[in-house]
Amino acid sequence: MKFGIAVFPGTWSDRDCKHAVELAGHEAVMLWHKDRDLKGSDCVILPGGFSYGDYLRAGAVARFAPLMESVTEFASAGGLVWGICNGFQILCEAHLLPGALTRNSSLEFRCAPTWLRVETGDNAFTAGCARGEVLQIPVSHGEGRYVADEETLDMLEREQRVAFRYVRRDGSVVEGDTPNGSMHDIAGIVNERRNVLGMMPHPERACEPLLGSSDGMQLFSSVAKAVSGNGVMPVAAVS
Amino acid sequence: MTFAVEVVVVLKPVVNDPQGLVVRDGLHRLGFPGVRSVRVGKHLELEVEGDDEAEVRAQVEAMCEQLLRNTVIEDSRIGSVSTLSGKAL
Amino acid sequence: MTSVELAVASDSELAEVALTRAEYVHLVESLGREPNRLELGIVGALWSEHCSYKTSKPLLGTLPTKGPSVLQGPGENAGAVDIGNGLACVFKIESHNHPSAIEPYQGAATGVGGILRDIFTMGARPIALLDSLRFGPLDEPHQRHLFDGVVAGIGGYGNCIGVPTVGGELYFDKSYRTNCLVNAMCVGVVHHGKLTRATASGAGNLVLLVGADTGRDGIHGASFASVVLDADSAARRPAVQVGNPFLEKCLMEACLELAGDPRVIAMQDLGAAGLCGSTAELAHRGGCGIEVDVARASRRETGMTPYEVMLSESQERMLIVARPGDVRSLQEVFERWDLHSDVIAVILPDQRFVVRDGAEQVCDLPLDLLVDGAPLRGAPGPRPERPQPPVATGVPAPTWTSDEALLALMGSPNLGSRSSVYRRYDHQVGDATVILPGGDAALVRVEGTTLGLALATDGNSRYTALDARQGAMIAVCEAARNVVATGARPAAVTNCLNFANPEHADVWWDLHDAIEGIGDACRALEIPVVSGNVSLYNDTGGTGIDPTVVIGMVGVIDDVARRCTAGFRDEGDLVGLVGPVASELDGSEYQRLAGGVNAGTPPGLDIDLERRVHAFVLEAIEAGLLHSAHDCAEGGLAVAIAESCLLGDIGAWVGIDELGDGEGLINGAAGILFGESQSRFVISFAREALVRLHELAGRHSVPFRGLGSVGGERVGVTRCIDVSLADVRRVHGGALIERE
Repeated sequence: MKFGIAVFPGTWSDRDCKHAVELAGHEAVMLWHKDRDLKGSDCVILPGGFSYGDYLRAGAVARFAPLMESVTEFASAGGLVWGICNGFQILCEAHLLPGALTRNSSLEFRCAPTWLRVETGDNAFTAGCARGEVLQIPVSHGEGRYVADEETLDMLEREQRVAFRYVRRDGSVVEGDTPNGSMHDIAGIVNERRNVLGMMPHPERACEPLLGSSDGMQLFSSVAKAVSGNGVMPVAAVS
Repeated sequence: MTFAVEVVVVLKPVVNDPQGLVVRDGLHRLGFPGVRSVRVGKHLELEVEGDDEAEVRAQVEAMCEQLLRNTVIEDSRIGSVSTLSGKAL
Repeated sequence: MTSVELAVASDSELAEVALTRAEYVHLVESLGREPNRLELGIVGALWSEHCSYKTSKPLLGTLPTKGPSVLQGPGENAGAVDIGNGLACVFKIESHNHPSAIEPYQGAATGVGGILRDIFTMGARPIALLDSLRFGPLDEPHQRHLFDGVVAGIGGYGNCIGVPTVGGELYFDKSYRTNCLVNAMCVGVVHHGKLTRATASGAGNLVLLVGADTGRDGIHGASFASVVLDADSAARRPAVQVGNPFLEKCLMEACLELAGDPRVIAMQDLGAAGLCGSTAELAHRGGCGIEVDVARASRRETGMTPYEVMLSESQERMLIVARPGDVRSLQEVFERWDLHSDVIAVILPDQRFVVRDGAEQVCDLPLDLLVDGAPLRGAPGPRPERPQPPVATGVPAPTWTSDEALLALMGSPNLGSRSSVYRRYDHQVGDATVILPGGDAALVRVEGTTLGLALATDGNSRYTALDARQGAMIAVCEAARNVVATGARPAAVTNCLNFANPEHADVWWDLHDAIEGIGDACRALEIPVVSGNVSLYNDTGGTGIDPTVVIGMVGVIDDVARRCTAGFRDEGDLVGLVGPVASELDGSEYQRLAGGVNAGTPPGLDIDLERRVHAFVLEAIEAGLLHSAHDCAEGGLAVAIAESCLLGDIGAWVGIDELGDGEGLINGAAGILFGESQSRFVISFAREALVRLHELAGRHSVPFRGLGSVGGERVGVTRCIDVSLADVRRVHGGALIERE
């Protein structure tokens, strides 16, 4: 399958995502922010970085890039869009996902390993994981505190759209002791149609035992299975 | 008496403002070619106890020098000062 | 007219451009005329210590800079060594001390920006950053402010641009109260064929200025870094530059796209002395001349004079030399990254430095005089008599138990956990960081190969303060040991020499001795010095820093899968000590905590033993005999063991009876537990490996002895220390946290 990887000025996880995709045995194509062509991507990754320096607000300027018009159309048509770190921030700014990512409650950048509990498997990204499974995936961000109003949080919980929550290594709840102070310990969410995922942690940094964890590879494999039609959650079923 | 004081902190004119440049370029791309310059600063709203406006202004000036602005690269100015509560003048 | 009659500049004019009367007279004599004000300013900037190295150049020439793997020694933007697979490692360390003292966030941030440019200017993709930091005591509010600002600035720039900050060091000492040190090192990798030089050629070729517009940033930055800070320093504050890591990221990607492109004849970044320094060096290296037209530079501000444009130190700018026919196509590459570029200069056949402001010629100087003509400075006086070191050590009789001593050391700002610092740096971007910060050296794998680069910085100013030569040798050895502990062979060195005012004889002679020490150690260990930086005048109001030598070391391991780490691993493994046993407490962290006085003679160093110890450890790691290897450094043996316990999250129990007299914490045992004797590693290994390790140690003539075993949840030394790992972790983790 083919992953399209968006490159905005200031993006830096593009190369890491390409490495992870190729390690998983798939094709990666880079999508330049000034272009509109998604080059036949089966899944578009909006990778981490500081698009446009993250000046004003993280993701605020990137959402207006020509590429984002195509990504928005692609998502509306049921295409898989995966925002990682800065990509999650861009998806929220573009209103493809609800809520916002604000400054970490510590007021400091955090680069550290985290443990994520898979809260739902009914989407292409986590279909390959067991519900309740704990994945070790690192974070690296200064603005990753997920905030939304009560109504939105209730909706996300009710519709089981929280994809990942920060937990302890053994899967127990941390009750607010997260790297960023996210509401409901949220690390990732999906949209209503479950074809758009935003997550702050970096799965592309957790695809080899040499780098400390290979748990992130499960997500790449899961997407590939879904796209090829033999996954638990085929793309067709969500549209 | 309590006064509401607005303080604006901006980079000194001579200091490079990368954030302002990106916002300006972003506005150009969105179809606002007339934007000549953007300088991004901070807006603070303070509620300060004091005897009168002059005394409060002096307090806030001192706060600017000591904490609110980075005297190396930033300027500050006090915007509006208004009475919030307390006895009428 | 005689030159003296020509020399009419006033003292205040000379002070403004930081030239001495003698230098000025030399300039007038060489020119045969009075320079105009612009010329005077340009010469002042290029003859500043920061640009001309007029004090250190005669001394630096003694360093060993050659070796079979050296592709580029000192003289370019950075050094380069061959690492195999057709790849080169490009690296350098540089100081940004003075700007950081004035504005810690921006000072540190632009320091990172500057060293990154040095690396990608050579065509190499930066893959790692390290920072060596020194502040005054952390319990003083101003030092906390500087420390927080510098750490935030390093993170702010490095995190944004997406180059991992993988290591470095951090010390607190009274000597840095008024002069903090911020030394940043960057490491990049490039294919040999894409290695790009900053050497202009071809009369008539054009020079593009790419990147940020030019503003009044850091006018006089170069001369600013070459003078003693005083009360007026605050008034010179326009020298502070604000970095734009986003712009630098775009500039970096565009320049890397052009690495190895035949259209690019040379690439040079703008650093100290701005356009002036960069254009002059570019032309001088190529033996040609250059004519700059300041009217063509895009400006951020109005009303800038030619002088301000030439001397501006606006960040994130780069020069590209190209044939006239290639300029347009190169500009298109930059435009793709939304980068603006101006044709700003033309290469001249003869070695002149010409500046025009449109039609008007405003400067015409001989290039050689400008770049190489600063009168060199020798010793300001004879070697001062040193007071004889006290016969007894400076360690007062301790009132604490050895348990308390260990916990005090582990919880001290100099030995405590750095995790509250490096968690603020992205140390994993690039999918390459195999050994994370917190151990001896960071290990970064090289994309597309099995190769790994082990990276460390080191320098203990307590030793150099006592004996500059010995301290400098130890800095080289300890940096090498950090690299060796991962299984990597030391490949090359970069150095940053931070000293006080060299116009004082004691400081000059310390600098002289330190350079000699670096040279001696590097020659003995066969490690070439390929790049470096000298920061002098770290002196405020007559108080100078202790001489501080920071060594940046790069080591190469052929297969990262064979790496070794510093943490104990398996229950039941044996713990061993490689290297000598001695009771040397002078200059130690123990001495600092016991009395605060730094006195005596630094630990001894047998450089030949050092070399054999490295060979032994490398062979043992390569043979797969070791489960851990850790440099035994500040805090001595007990601290090294406790650190290996923390890193491995497992306890250990050792005995030192055979090392000392074991009579409780008398000075002898303290010396063995906390003395900082050199050339030592604490290793752990499976029981079965013991015999082979003894054989190997015999073959290398290296002292090696078993000390105890790994296991449990306590850190113990028989009859001396018995503390829980949890207590060690607690004090270690809280060492840098601000106490309310």
